[in-house]
Amino acid sequence: MALLTIADKTFQSRLFLGTGKFGSADQMESAVLASAAEMVTVALKRVDLENETDSLLVHLQHPHIQLLPNTSGARNAKEAVLAAQLAREALETHWIKLEIHPDPKYLMPDPIETLNATEALAGLGFVVLPYVHADPVLCKRLEDVGTAAVMPLGSPIGSNKGLKTIDFLQIILEQSRVPVIIDAGIGSPSDAALAMEMGADAVLVNTAIAVAGNPVQMATAFKLAVEAGRIAFESRLANKVHYAVASSPLTGFLHE
Amino acid sequence: MNSFSSLFDLYTWKDVEASIQRKSNRDVEVALATSHRSLEDFKALISPAAAPYLEHMAQLSHQLTKKRFGKTIQMFAPMYLSNECNNICTYCGFSFDNKIVRKTLTADEIVKEIGVIKRMGFNHILLVTGESNHLVNVDYFIRAINIIKPHFANIAIEVQPLEKHDYDLLKQSGIYSVLVYQETYHKERYKTYHLKGKKSNFYYRLETPDRIGRAGMHKIGLGVLLGLSDWRTDSFFCALHLDYLQKTYWQTKYSMSFPRIRPAEGVDLSDYGIEDKELVQLICAYRLFSEDVEISISTREPQSFRNNLIKLGTTSMSAGSKTNPGGYSVDERSLEQFEVGDERTPQQVASSIADVGYEAVWKDWDRVF
Repeated sequence: MALLTIADKTFQSRLFLGTGKFGSADQMESAVLASAAEMVTVALKRVDLENETDSLLVHLQHPHIQLLPNTSGARNAKEAVLAAQLAREALETHWIKLEIHPDPKYLMPDPIETLNATEALAGLGFVVLPYVHADPVLCKRLEDVGTAAVMPLGSPIGSNKGLKTIDFLQIILEQSRVPVIIDAGIGSPSDAALAMEMGADAVLVNTAIAVAGNPVQMATAFKLAVEAGRIAFESRLANKVHYAVASSPLTGFLHE
Repeated sequence: MNSFSSLFDLYTWKDVEASIQRKSNRDVEVALATSHRSLEDFKALISPAAAPYLEHMAQLSHQLTKKRFGKTIQMFAPMYLSNECNNICTYCGFSFDNKIVRKTLTADEIVKEIGVIKRMGFNHILLVTGESNHLVNVDYFIRAINIIKPHFANIAIEVQPLEKHDYDLLKQSGIYSVLVYQETYHKERYKTYHLKGKKSNFYYRLETPDRIGRAGMHKIGLGVLLGLSDWRTDSFFCALHLDYLQKTYWQTKYSMSFPRIRPAEGVDLSDYGIEDKELVQLICAYRLFSEDVEISISTREPQSFRNNLIKLGTTSMSAGSKTNPGGYSVDERSLEQFEVGDERTPQQVASSIADVGYEAVWKDWDRVF
């Protein structure tokens, strides 16, 4: 399996994990370890920066795990940039998952603010991974302003509905020059495998693991599915045949 | 449509009440089967016809809440800043005509209260007052907020209805959320409970969430004081209010509270009670109607009932609450607004939350936003 490279870092695992929604910090830690994820998102708003024994951070102190703070809670570019700067200072990383959703109902990312914030943060030296709609033009515009990767959604966040945006994800994968991490809506290991078979560089999963009956075992299932999907992609899937082989060929005359 | 009033006036209490009573088993089954539920579905789910489906509703509510909020409960504590009040409200311990000792916390006293509440582990706080506009007004709130802000990640406020520009100021000074309960949406009966003072103006209160929404507040808390009128009809109007606000102020979050009237000094208990199983039905109906509305359960409810509500749709809980100004540190025996039903410490509540496989969350916001 090829290594994943984002900005100047390489990763063996192509599964990113979110750390919200777990029933306890211990359970979250066990699931993260079982998933073998090396990139783990943390909501800045959940971290108590004044408390050195913040339970979230204490449970994520493993040498193979890189924290990816997110700006969840920001409603516009200005708030997101402030949050990113605070995260850089407090968590000592210039990597940021940019989330700007002014709509608290479906948590839909704001494309305009996200583009503006990406440009500003890239200018400030951040490695920016923006959460966006599966919008191919937006993804190219983000590339133009210096994004390190794009994180288009498969379906509404937390919905577990799978890859409802599949046709647009395919266009993004075809066109992108930066890594594409499919984020949001991945509800089952088969969704993750499908995303990887299509050529996604990585997937991010949270709800489907955190809320599963057995989160730790589900983390293992996702790990295996992501690996299987990636290996299948690298092995070049035999294409599905979309046409019938005609009994009366139209080009047969060429061979007569 | 400029405010909720114009929508509200299209409905009559009597028709809504009758229409809820007419809902059939079939209506309930349709409401349970669909994935996007309308206000008519909500009526069916709060109707008497839904009672036999309570377990089914509870299972759905549990699943939907878990999907959206995870296995977490946000913890918060109320801090009562003042029990001064110029309103006469027949059900409230702070009512102007109640002969109690009135108290408004000074800056030093607020600092003492902060110390105790922080040591309990809280990072989210709710500031509460009565309504006394000459003593406890926006200037007072801002002075209090400036003292409190450095110590808490998230500050909510539950005070008298204010003007839009006041909410602008509160938002600028760091308020995240404003709670204002209509108490009852029954216009005529509202007047019989709120005899005197600014609160007796039904429509001014009804339009308050619009003013909060226009100020761009992050969150608005709604609720009905259960026990003032028929809970089903009142809750329909509250859901109508929620639905209107969500569509109008779409960048704002909403929370719902379910205060049941509890004994307070000088207050008669009401004729419109709601039983435990009905309150569970109501909570589940809200979750089925709105997957994202936050559901808050206060210490008005007793320990065992609160423990059982953790998995049924609840997203936030107070704990260790004192409902009198200075109750944590200054004046432990002064008069409470209402009698607390759950006397456990915050840590005891958190361990009950852990016992059912959930995590008590102490911080889920940051001053940076």
